Amino acid sequence: MMRSDLTPLQSGLALLAALAALAGLAFSLSTFTTAPLLALVCSLGALSLVRLIWPFSLWLDGALALLGALALVASLPAEGSMPGHHWLALVAAWAFAWLFVERLSATIRLGKLPETGTGLVIPIVFGLALLVAWEVITRGANVPPVLLPPPSAIGARFLAETSILWADFVQTFIKSVLPGYAMGCLAGLGVAILVDRSPFLKAGVMPIGNFMSALPIIGIAPIMVMWFGFDWQSKAAVVVAMTFFPMLVNTVAGLNAASAIERDLMHTYAASSWQTLMKLRLPAAGPFIFNALKINSTLALIGAIVAEFFGTPIVGMGFRISTGVGRLAIDLVWAEIAVAAVAGSAFYGVIALIERGVTFWHPSVRGGRA
Amino acid sequence: MTRLLPVLTILLAILVIWYGAAVPMNANWQVTLNNRADLVDVPLTTFAQQTWSQDKPVLPAPHQVISEIWNATVALDISSKRSLAYHGWITLSATLLGFAFGTALGVLLAVAIIHNDASDRSLMPWIIASQTIPILAVAPMVVVGLGAVGLTGLVPKSLISMYLSFFPVVVGMVKGLRSPEAIQLDLMRTYDANGWQTFWKLRWPAAMPFLFASMKVGIAISLIGAVVAELSNASGGGLGVRLLTGSYNGQTVQIWAALFIAAGLAAILVALVGSAERWVNARMGARA
Amino acid sequence: MTTVVSAQNLGLTFPTGDGDIVALSDVNLTINKGDFVSFIGPSGCGKTTFLRAIADLEKPTSGTLSVNGMTPEQARQARAYGYVFQAAALYPWRTIEKNIALPLEIMGHSPAEQSERIARTMELVNLSGFEKKYPWQLSGGMQQRASIARALAFDADLLLMDEPFGALDEIVRDHLNSELLKLWERTQKTICFVTHSIPEAVYLSTRIVVMSPRPGRVTDIIESTLPRDRPLDIRETPEFLAIAARVREGLRAGHSYDGGAV
Repeated sequence: MMRSDLTPLQSGLALLAALAALAGLAFSLSTFTTAPLLALVCSLGALSLVRLIWPFSLWLDGALALLGALALVASLPAEGSMPGHHWLALVAAWAFAWLFVERLSATIRLGKLPETGTGLVIPIVFGLALLVAWEVITRGANVPPVLLPPPSAIGARFLAETSILWADFVQTFIKSVLPGYAMGCLAGLGVAILVDRSPFLKAGVMPIGNFMSALPIIGIAPIMVMWFGFDWQSKAAVVVAMTFFPMLVNTVAGLNAASAIERDLMHTYAASSWQTLMKLRLPAAGPFIFNALKINSTLALIGAIVAEFFGTPIVGMGFRISTGVGRLAIDLVWAEIAVAAVAGSAFYGVIALIERGVTFWHPSVRGGRA
Repeated sequence: MTRLLPVLTILLAILVIWYGAAVPMNANWQVTLNNRADLVDVPLTTFAQQTWSQDKPVLPAPHQVISEIWNATVALDISSKRSLAYHGWITLSATLLGFAFGTALGVLLAVAIIHNDASDRSLMPWIIASQTIPILAVAPMVVVGLGAVGLTGLVPKSLISMYLSFFPVVVGMVKGLRSPEAIQLDLMRTYDANGWQTFWKLRWPAAMPFLFASMKVGIAISLIGAVVAELSNASGGGLGVRLLTGSYNGQTVQIWAALFIAAGLAAILVALVGSAERWVNARMGARA
Repeated sequence: MTTVVSAQNLGLTFPTGDGDIVALSDVNLTINKGDFVSFIGPSGCGKTTFLRAIADLEKPTSGTLSVNGMTPEQARQARAYGYVFQAAALYPWRTIEKNIALPLEIMGHSPAEQSERIARTMELVNLSGFEKKYPWQLSGGMQQRASIARALAFDADLLLMDEPFGALDEIVRDHLNSELLKLWERTQKTICFVTHSIPEAVYLSTRIVVMSPRPGRVTDIIESTLPRDRPLDIRETPEFLAIAARVREGLRAGHSYDGGAV
């Protein structure tokens, strides 16, 4: 059958893509003038059947997927649902993208293409494919915007409302998350170091700390709003409570991470407990502390946003989300979520970068891909 | 006993601090009340007792919370809208449904990821990145959005729970299914074992500890998801709704009681997964 | 001759769930300045425990033990010895020179003195040029040399080594053995060396302490008749083989391998 070196899965995808394109072409002949670009792409896709005779490069599959995506978005109707055969084109474009990714990852695995750079292409292709499918499906099938607005509408809203989004970001992230995060993490670290000096306290605090880490601490938000008022102070307090326990538990575990030999070594030097802490146990706890810092970066943002559901001044990401949902301004809510996603990932990314610099010696950092 | 004593000591300390803190935190309001009632020179012990028995205290005393929990669960008809057992059950069912589907989805996705290079490369970066995103913030919107198309009740809430519990399971299972070492895989190859056999005889058992560790995280976060999802729909009931109405009406005792029930549920669920973990690990010959 | 380590009727018992384990029983031993003493025996004979007792890492339960005329604890606080563990135990977040600087920092040496001592000890163990490397960038043999340099850096007269080359392959081990001998000659230190290799013990030592388990005790002390200057091929001389045979005899006399007949 196939003369090429495709795996069964890849051959199946190639066939699916070509046949879907062929069918799409057949149906679009009658409506050629309304979407000429789509018909063109469909005919190119159908032409890909020549790979049965002349196998071609995986990059051509990628180009077909890209062209298909562009044509689909360009031929979306301004109103109403998409014609039926466009869905065939969507299937074809998706199959080409999948085939491209399959073939690219196989090539990387065989070592014919470098891991760095090309390895990054695959998740980007996946993300773009998801975005295009989202746009085409929401607009093509007339999904109610309340359920899921198309990304283009979210993007437009984002650009139109930058000043509101910025004010919300400052209120929630700069004023609530950062101070709360810093206070919660520092307090957890400090208490862990104090508790560590007494085995009795450690035995008492550790089970409670572990227990507290699993609890829905976020529920204290209404209480904090009552105690500290509507402004950022109450949100910061929630963040402190949420970040404290993960840091406590991880640091105490980390302080015990140094091996017996390493501790005996400090003992033979007659090192003071302060010297042992600073020169051995705290550095050895580094990976654990960073683990808590990373967990907490996500928790802090969630805590601040959810706490705003319980009452805020008229600014803040959580406020905007809850009022936006109430007024069915869902695209603004999604724009706010996009900001939260970018802020959350950037926050996490910065901490992960610092971790790489500080705990460069740890096998998990040295080893690369696990 | 030696392990319990330190924990009990700390708990006792917390209780003492709690009672102690309730006095100054509720003092302002109590002074106002006493002035209105023309009570003067109230002795300190009486005053302390007054602060521990207010109707809407800033910080309710522990016994007030416990008696509220008692009144709202055991002493109340279970079908009553004020019963915390009723609301707890709503939250629990959403949590369990979402958790079950989330775990199943997570395991399936992990299996796909370890067997297909392309899905590993395209999905994993996004799965990891999505963990850094405050997904919980989306919860009320998903509930309202689904409500607009007619999906209400348990399903939207458990979708949130599913979404939240699915992440730790995927990440843990991918790690677990990849945990067998090269020599163990080579051994299977010397037996000419097929992929199915390698999976069930090596990868799956090796992944069990990872699965349960992820499930402990998953069930806890699943409950949080259900509670937060309830915040957006006050008519649906659930512990989240009790938190919300309590905060609107200043019913602090009610908030604390709902909070304690949620904490108790989380503790029981995590403990159940934990004991299942110990049982499975023991059967697989792991040490303690 | 000055006495460095002196043990009289030394006993050490570990309490466990299944009853007490007698790790050391009635050990009498004197180690003089400049000695190279090896402790050899099967596992469980208490050789490592004895070394750890000298280092104040374990507390004897009976008898007396003195190091430089002091109790082990006083000796440790006076930084009387350097200890080399089975594993290099270099801190992965410090470069080699920073690892060697670790005891110097703790003992409060000035930065200038630290760098002078680091340079000297790294020269001594032939590691010059690797100052800025991290431990995990070095081979196992080089890591263990760095850990010896770390033990030498603060110039204690006594060096305690617990199977320092046990995890290395034989080729590297031979090489490090001859380097250790040269180092011992140059620095005139007293060395206590735990091993389970007969050739290693005979090649290195001026005295060989043969121990046996259940209870851990000394069964024989052999004075080496080999000259101080020992090339590697001394191991083929009849004199060397005779000492090795006596060590083997001592180990057998301790019934240490009879357990296999059960």
